[in-house]
Amino acid sequence: MVADGNTPAPPERLWRNPEPKRNYDVVIVGAGGHGLATAYYLARNHGITDIAVVERGWLAGGNMARNTTIIRSNYLLDASAALYDHALRLWEELHEELDYEFHFSQRGVLNLAHTEQEVRDARRRAFANELNGVDAEWVTPDEISEICPILNTSNLRYPVLGATYQRRAGIAKHDLVAWGLARKCDEMGVDFIQNREVTGFVTDGDRVIGVRTDNGDIGAGRVGLAAAGRTTLLTDTLGIRLPLQSHPLQAMATEILEPVHPCVVMSNHVHVYTSQAHKGELVLGAGIDTHNGYTQRGSVHVIENQLAAAVELFPVFARAHLLRTWAGTVDVTPDASPIIGPTPYENLFVNCGWGTGGFKATPGAGWVFAHTLATGEPHPLNEPYGMERFTSGALIDEHGAAAVAH
Amino acid sequence: MLLVRCPWCGDRDEAEFRYGGQADVDYPADPHQLDDATWGEYLFVRANPSGSFDERWVHTAGCRRWFSVVRDTATNEMRPDIPRRRESR
Repeated sequence: MVADGNTPAPPERLWRNPEPKRNYDVVIVGAGGHGLATAYYLARNHGITDIAVVERGWLAGGNMARNTTIIRSNYLLDASAALYDHALRLWEELHEELDYEFHFSQRGVLNLAHTEQEVRDARRRAFANELNGVDAEWVTPDEISEICPILNTSNLRYPVLGATYQRRAGIAKHDLVAWGLARKCDEMGVDFIQNREVTGFVTDGDRVIGVRTDNGDIGAGRVGLAAAGRTTLLTDTLGIRLPLQSHPLQAMATEILEPVHPCVVMSNHVHVYTSQAHKGELVLGAGIDTHNGYTQRGSVHVIENQLAAAVELFPVFARAHLLRTWAGTVDVTPDASPIIGPTPYENLFVNCGWGTGGFKATPGAGWVFAHTLATGEPHPLNEPYGMERFTSGALIDEHGAAAVAH
Repeated sequence: MLLVRCPWCGDRDEAEFRYGGQADVDYPADPHQLDDATWGEYLFVRANPSGSFDERWVHTAGCRRWFSVVRDTATNEMRPDIPRRRESR
């Protein structure tokens, strides 16, 4: 870990690996970023520390280990801007609060527009961001060339006509985020139960009173699901039908290169997003594989398409060697917005449906989900995100600002 | 890349197809009789199993016909038999 001289050496042990107790006030399913942040804010904001976070694999080894680390809050709609910008404000103070350096770097994000319609949509979004107090500006191709000199704006099948630019956006080192949260939670008494899969629930009528695992039951006052792509496998056991489809989402990284890429660049139209990690890898991603799947493996043609787009936008990438590709399983909703709130079962709450964009929301999602678990009621920020919106029709349609084909 | 068996064209690369999601989701016989919850469920909720899944594909770059297959979403194994009806649509 110290090889690059940039990353701190982790202490020998950041959290205990205790045997689970019979009962907890709160059991959180999934020790990914959202599960960890939820446990953290339950303890910090609500004084609830009798918490178990149960994880089928290893801590932060699911989608948290597989994302492209981009953080931004330039969403169009009021409900989204409020939630994601709350998360971004928390990111801005989190590393000091955790006393753990995770390389949060506000290097800015460019969201490119390649067509006249995209220009109109992007400018509308920038204006909406300004009205919502989210920093955003419209930049011209010349200004883009100053912000990101390696970006090819003109000699393209789809020339870059401009971009929205959010300066506060950036990246963070995802593993370190998880470890910092886990260490602090552990200090506050949270138990992490790894290598134990939650397979269902213990119920009493229409109340959930615990979780079933592959190694015995664990009682719970309240249960919070933060299981990402595997959420419906759990809710199916109770007959709760959620509007989620699980898809592979691929990402990839090149060999380590000198610093060449100063910001984050995203393109909806040619469909790729890139940044350069602190260590030097170019990190690239795009949309989901269209088919449903739990294989954590996507198809090669998806990678081909996004690499073609990346090389056209960044001719200097052409000589980079792709070091590895991987996929996570993401749970996608019909309106590209998450579901955070109660379920038809008392004491069971879900935080799911983040699709391709959960990492940026990590502290914000933890904050509102902790509030929901502690009080039984949604926080004002997640009130619009209940599953009832798929009955009422009050959808939060963020396909444009989600920036990724869902 | 998946190898998808089109019933008319045979085994072809996934890139020739578009995905259509869960098979056999019928339009409600009388939508006006549905309450909001049932209509919302028809619009938005689909099965999402880890395992055997009946699903639709359309051979966009080939014969452009729709068909159903059974695929295991945990292994991507696709069964060549075409389930139930709709083969001719």
